[in-house]
Parts: sequence; structure tokens; C-alpha cells
Amino acid sequence: MKPRLVVIGNGMAPGRALETLFEAAPDAYEVIIFNAEPRVNYNRIMLSPVLSGEQSFDDIIIHGDGWYEEHNITLHRGARVTQIDREAKTVTSAAGITESYDKLIIATGSNPFIIPCPGHKLHGVLAYRDLDDVEKMIEFSNKENSSAVVIGGGLLGLEAAAGLKMQGMDVTVLHLMPTLMERQLDPSAGYLLEKELSSRGIKIMTKANTKEIVGTDCVEAVLLEDGTRLKADMVVMAVGIRPSVELAKEAGLDTGRGIQVSSNMQTSDPDIYSVGECVEFEGNVYGLVAPLYEQARVLGMHLAGEADHAFAHSETSTKLKVTGVDLFSAGDFAEGENREEIVFRDAARGIYKRLVLEEDRLIGAVLYGETADGAWFFQKIKEGAPIASEDRENLIFGQSFSGAAPLDPTAAVAALPDDAEICGCNGVSKGKIVSAIEKEGLKDLAGVRSCTKASASCGTCTGLVESLLAYTLGDEFGGTKVTVCGCTDLGPGDVRRLIVAKELKSIPAIMQELGWKTSGGCAKCRPALNYYLIATWPGEYVDDQQSRFINERVHANIQKDGTYSVVPRAWGGLTTSKELRAIADVVDKFEIPTVKYTGGQRIDLLGVKKDDLPAVWKDLNNAGMVSGHAYAKGLRTVKTCVGTDWCRFGTQDSTGLGVKLEKLMWGSWSPAKVKLAVSGCPRNCAESTCKDIGVVCVDSGYELHFGGAAGMHIQGTQILCKVETEEEAIEYCAALLQAYREQGWYLERIYKWADRVGYDTIRSMIADDEEGRKAFYQRFLHSQQFAQDDPWAQRASQGVDAHEFAPLTLEPAE
Amino acid sequence: MPHDTAVIDWIDLCAIEDIPLQGSRRAIIRGREIGLFRTMASEVYAIDNACPHKKGPLTEGIVHDCSVTCPLHNWVFDLKSGEATGPDEGRVQTHAVEIRDGRVFIQIEG
Repeated sequence: MKPRLVVIGNGMAPGRALETLFEAAPDAYEVIIFNAEPRVNYNRIMLSPVLSGEQSFDDIIIHGDGWYEEHNITLHRGARVTQIDREAKTVTSAAGITESYDKLIIATGSNPFIIPCPGHKLHGVLAYRDLDDVEKMIEFSNKENSSAVVIGGGLLGLEAAAGLKMQGMDVTVLHLMPTLMERQLDPSAGYLLEKELSSRGIKIMTKANTKEIVGTDCVEAVLLEDGTRLKADMVVMAVGIRPSVELAKEAGLDTGRGIQVSSNMQTSDPDIYSVGECVEFEGNVYGLVAPLYEQARVLGMHLAGEADHAFAHSETSTKLKVTGVDLFSAGDFAEGENREEIVFRDAARGIYKRLVLEEDRLIGAVLYGETADGAWFFQKIKEGAPIASEDRENLIFGQSFSGAAPLDPTAAVAALPDDAEICGCNGVSKGKIVSAIEKEGLKDLAGVRSCTKASASCGTCTGLVESLLAYTLGDEFGGTKVTVCGCTDLGPGDVRRLIVAKELKSIPAIMQELGWKTSGGCAKCRPALNYYLIATWPGEYVDDQQSRFINERVHANIQKDGTYSVVPRAWGGLTTSKELRAIADVVDKFEIPTVKYTGGQRIDLLGVKKDDLPAVWKDLNNAGMVSGHAYAKGLRTVKTCVGTDWCRFGTQDSTGLGVKLEKLMWGSWSPAKVKLAVSGCPRNCAESTCKDIGVVCVDSGYELHFGGAAGMHIQGTQILCKVETEEEAIEYCAALLQAYREQGWYLERIYKWADRVGYDTIRSMIADDEEGRKAFYQRFLHSQQFAQDDPWAQRASQGVDAHEFAPLTLEPAE
Repeated sequence: MPHDTAVIDWIDLCAIEDIPLQGSRRAIIRGREIGLFRTMASEVYAIDNACPHKKGPLTEGIVHDCSVTCPLHNWVFDLKSGEATGPDEGRVQTHAVEIRDGRVFIQIEG
């Protein structure tokens, strides 16, 4: 009979301890786990991306069902242990499940601290600890115009606030101290963080003391000491955690703030161990994942019979997981005697860096806005080696300026010592990652994650791990950093910004000024640059045909056999007998093999020979038809229903609005295709809610939607706002299109752009900021002056690009 | 038709300006479809105008450096050798080209 190892708790720390144990001594124990939550082990650090909607629960599972089966683990789900009998060596759950143990691990974690103010038991007061909390929060956020108050401006509170804001809630953060995250940040960095979060529409109130949560059954408002009253449908308490010690205390184990353990994680009963947030070691309790994983490793090795591992208190570093906020802190950065500081500020770019030195040693670092050197500074803090006076001058500029290492990130990781910690969460060193890449033949990030755990928890060291892959594998590493293409290290955002900042007005100018690595670019970057230039300099930049994909060069869609398809515009999906007759004649005259209705309410002529294109267009032009741009990264169709003209349910003239939108927007180029629809009532017959931009007419006006997709990726739209008049609907839609044209990356649909910059950012740009919206609209109208020239007419009658359509022909020699 | 002393005819096809810079031109020579490509450096290359993968018309692709990317499935061919580059394997027939006094002469092989 194998000894029985019983584990109370199924969180990240005991999960990691078991992994270590199974690796060092497989089959040593029969393992039984009690889990108070009804689910498998998941990555609690990643609850914030689940809350914000950036990831799903499945993305953050650490151990799926298969893992428990593979290791023959008995997992009691939804079973809260209520009693430990140390005499009989058994544990018993609330529902009466009893298991005996030879060794016991208590991993009960922590409980959120709930401020016992009046009203703290009302429905709608939540903690932020597990998936149940997240699910409840998302439920609240789904109600229209709902608002949340988050009490606590620390790591957890701010992540919760950012997530709820992304879910569309109105969010206020209450923080007792004068600046945010005062335990991890100094006041300057706290100020920058406050400014950034405020600019995202999160209200921050510091020195805010909660007096009462008001409501009868459910939360209605929060009342502060100074009399301020804040409307709230939900209150999230994120002021701190307390180790959960009750069970251990009742069993008579030594407890203080937490369950007291020795350096090998043994409690005062040698057969009982403890690990995780419930533990107290040398007076310290821990809430960050790195030291908890270290405890787990020590415990796992100890259970496997390797006793020479000991847990020791060490420095920790912090990163905030809010998309788009770069923030790093480590060590001790309080001011004090004998301490000196080095500060760097770049107000324009929102960068702040501060290093604290004591007796020539680096003891603390706070970085905001630019955190690439975080790991390097953290290493210096842990090493505690004296900083030479000649190095001090450049220390703040980080690794690239200390010594000869250039700015290249690969060179930067190359310069790190082997024991430099890369992944703080999992305590993985550079040496371990490099040897895993070499020995296991790893080729990508996923391989490194599954083999070493590096970057598998919070993910903020992903860049460093990729640099290590590039450093170890050289050219073999494909890379995952988003760049325009292999011709440059710059990303699309940088390129767009630099085109404007440096007033670059041609493709060669971009390549020269931005240091392109190839002389003439490639098939990936040239179309992108051509688009960025068209969108940035309307009327000035001359379209480069040779940088266009064939469809946009010849204004038709290439088919598998080299023939083309031709789709004339049908404004709002309308047509006439004259147009239909002309189409029928063209089909007969040019022997076009297939005629088909598209999904966008138009007619597609398939199988047109390239040489015939100009003549086909000429006939269509003569009947008043123009290019439908069915081939373009630009406006495609505006799908409509019949609206008030015919439909007994129609609330507005949806067809008319569709035609107006199409007449306004046709010919505009955009980062990717743009499809619109206008539905006359919420029955939504034009399927507006899966379009890039959609309008749903209602009795009182127009609901504007955006960010839908129905291709490889399917997703419904989100609401931009509601407007009352048709003029407003047109202005808002055009302003939205222009914002996308100016900010989107090439080939990025509106939904992807919105995912990247945030749906709320877009709402505040278009719906809330009237001046900004009108400026977007004016810029769109300006740009359209140069865009609305039918490309078919230019080629059919004006001889544009004639060389495209006429091959050079030499007859067979006689 | 002008002749050279070579066994195969040199054919005077067009002026160099008839092919757009960093662009291409289809030519049908004695019933055979040839693609002419002019690079940024104004060098001219000729290859058979069909990708070995799915017969994509290479003249419809984007010309970059000394290569062209097929418009159908993005295979990239080196214009000098006719070899597919990157992960794909395949080759298109190349044809000799000479520029004389601004005119493009071509020798059709095989």
C-alpha cells in the first residue's frame, strides 16, 4: 500500500507542489484532493483577462481532467473540509466525506478582507478571488448603464476596475491612501498610473474613506465619510487578503497571521504541511505567485524525499496586468538616510524611472511607461553587488547603455548571466530556459511554456523568453513579435505614427528613414505602406499600383483559373430593370459563364477574361453602373432591408439611409474590408449586428453598432451609441470609419482594431467627444474628394493602366 | 525580325518602358504565355507565366527585390533562377533577356 497524501485545497500552490512531487518521485503516494470550488486547477493570476473578456476560462486551466486521471488522483469537487482529526489522522468534509492520511497538506489559501461597514452583506458586494466572483461581475456588467465601485486601489482592485471598464461598466475606484498602489509604487509612478486609468474613463478617488454601502436588498450606492454618494449596482472589495487559518487553528496547529511553517514547509505537526497564501514563514505572509511557487517546489521535493531544499524569504517584483499599462516595481524604494536615488522622466512619452541605491548597491526600482529593463534591474537588486561609480551615470538607461551591449533585445538577453531570473512567477532562470531549448529541441514559445513553465503564468516575461529563443536558435526562431513584415523590426503602430511624425510621403522615404532591411520591401509591407500613405496624405500621395495586390490593381477579383469576377455596385442593394437588362446583355456578349447573387445583395459575374475587363466595364458604365469594390480593402456593401417604404414593422427609412451611407463612403480605402448594414427595426433583417458597422433603426432613432464579424471569426457587434436623427447616424458612422482608417493596422478588421484599442476608447472618441467626432467626419469628407472616381471608368474610357489589360503579342513565326 | 548569331532567335519584344518599374507585363509569344518582370533596379527577367503550384498567373503578383509573389497562394519565385524560395519547392522555366538600346530582347527556351 502506498502512503496516502491528502491535500486540502486545489489552487496553484498545491498544484505546483504535486507537479514537483510527480516529477521527482512518480507513484510515491496515493493522492486525494479536496476542492471547495467545483472545478479543476486554474491560473488565478489570469482572472483579470477573463474578466476583461480577453481570455476565456478554458485558456487559464492549469490541470484539466486528464491530469487528475493520469496521476490517479481522487478529486473531491465542491467539498469543503471542515475538520482535521490529528489523532485518527483523518479529514472530513462538510458533506461527510472522510479520508485518512499519512501526510496532509493544508493549502486553504486566503480569504478576501471585507470591510465590515454597514451594508457589506447586501446583494452585489463581491470579492475578487475566484471564478465565481468573476462570473458574478460579468453578469452585473451585462446590465445596461450599470456602475461599479471598486474599494481598494492596489493590484487586484485596479485589475478588477480595468476589466469591468472593458466590460462597459461605469467604474469608480476608492482608495484610502493618497496615491494608487502605494505598496509597490512611489507617488510619481502612482500619479502617472492614476492619469492613465482616468484617461480610460475610470474614476479614481484617493483618500476616500467608505462609510456605508446603501441599499435595501441590493447595492444602490456607496456613501463616503465626506458625504459623497456614488451610485453603484455592484461593489468589489479588493482591500487585501487574510490567510485562511481557521481549520489549522481548530486542529491545534501553531498559527500567527498564517499557519506557521519551517523552511521545509512543515507545520508544528510533522505529518502536516502547509503551502500557499495561508502560510506564515519567519513572520512573512505571501500573496504574489513567485514565492508561493518556490514554497511549492520545496514542499514537492521534501515529499519526494529530497530534504536538502529550503524555503527562504526573498525580494519580489510586481507587474500590473492591465493591457496597455507598463509598470514594474521591485525591492525597497522608500526614501531614507544613506539612500540615493536616480530619477529619469520623459513627460511627453509618459515615462518615469526611479532607482534607489544604498551604499552603492541597487535596492529598489520603479519603472513606469517603459519596463523592458525590469528584469535586469531586478537581477541587480538580488545580486546586491556594488555599482561602480563609472557605471552609475548610465545605470538608469538600463542594460543597453551599461557596457557595450547594443539596443538589440537579443544582445540584451545574451548579456544576462545564466542564473538571471527570466520568469518571476515560476522562478525560471535564463540557464534553465536555454538548456531546455537546446536539450528538448524547443522551437517556440509554447514549447518553452510547457517544458519550463517560463511565461506560462502572468505572461509579462513573454518578450524576454522570445528574445532567449531568438538568441539560442538564431534564424531558426520564427518569432512572434508583431512587425509589419520581415523587412523591418517596427510594428504597424510605430510605422503609422512615424509616417505622420516625420512627414514621410512615399514608400521609398519610409524605407529610407525607418531603416528598411530590404531595398524595395516585399509583398507584405508594400501594400500596407501604400495604404498608410493614402490614408495619411489624401490628395497628396499618388497611389502606387505596383504595391497593390492584383485585385486592387485591376479592380476585379482574381479566380483560381486566372479569370476575374466583376461585381457592379447596387446602392443599398437596389437595382432597376435597366441595370438588369444591361447585365444580361454583358453576360451574353462576353460569354460570362456564371452569374450569382452575393451575400451582400449584389450580382457577381464570374469567369471574365482579363482582356475583356475594360470592355465589360464600359458596357456596365454606360448603363450607369460603377465598380462595387468587391475586391477592395475598402467599403464593400451596405446591406439593407426595405424599411418604412414597404415593411409593416419598419420604423425608419432603412433603405434610404443605406443608400446615403453607400453614396457617402464608396471608394474609400481602409485597412481591411468594411461591410455595413442598415436594418429597419430590431428584427434585424439586414443582419446589422454582424457587420463592421451596423445600424438598427428603432422608433426613437438609430442604434449604431460596430465590431461585428462573420467570416472565419464570428462575433456580434457592440453598441457604439444611440442617435436620434439620420444626419447624426451618418456623421457618427463616417467618423467611426475615419478613426479606423487613421488608426487601424493593415489587414486588421474593425473588430480587431477595437479589441486592440478598446471598444470604450472608440466610444469615447466617437460618441462622447463631439469636437473630436466632427473633426474625424471633416477629415473623412476631405479624403473622399480624392477617392470617389470610378476606377472602372478610368480604365474603360480614360486609358488608365492600359498595359495591365493588353498583353504583348507576337504571332507564331511562319 | 532582327537576328543574332545564336542558334535560338533573339526576339525584339518591346521597349523597356512598356514594362512598369517594379511591375510586370504578360507577353504571348508564338502562343506561349511569358511573364516579363522589371525590378526596382530596372533589370528585366522573363519566366513562364504559370506557378507550378496551381498555375497562378505570376505577372499578376507583386514584384519585390528580384522576386515575384504569386497572387493565388503567395509562393515566391526568384526571377533570376526561377526557383521557389522559402518553404515551397518548385521551379518555373526562365528565359534569357537582353536590353539593347532600350529594347527588350528575349530568347525562348525549351
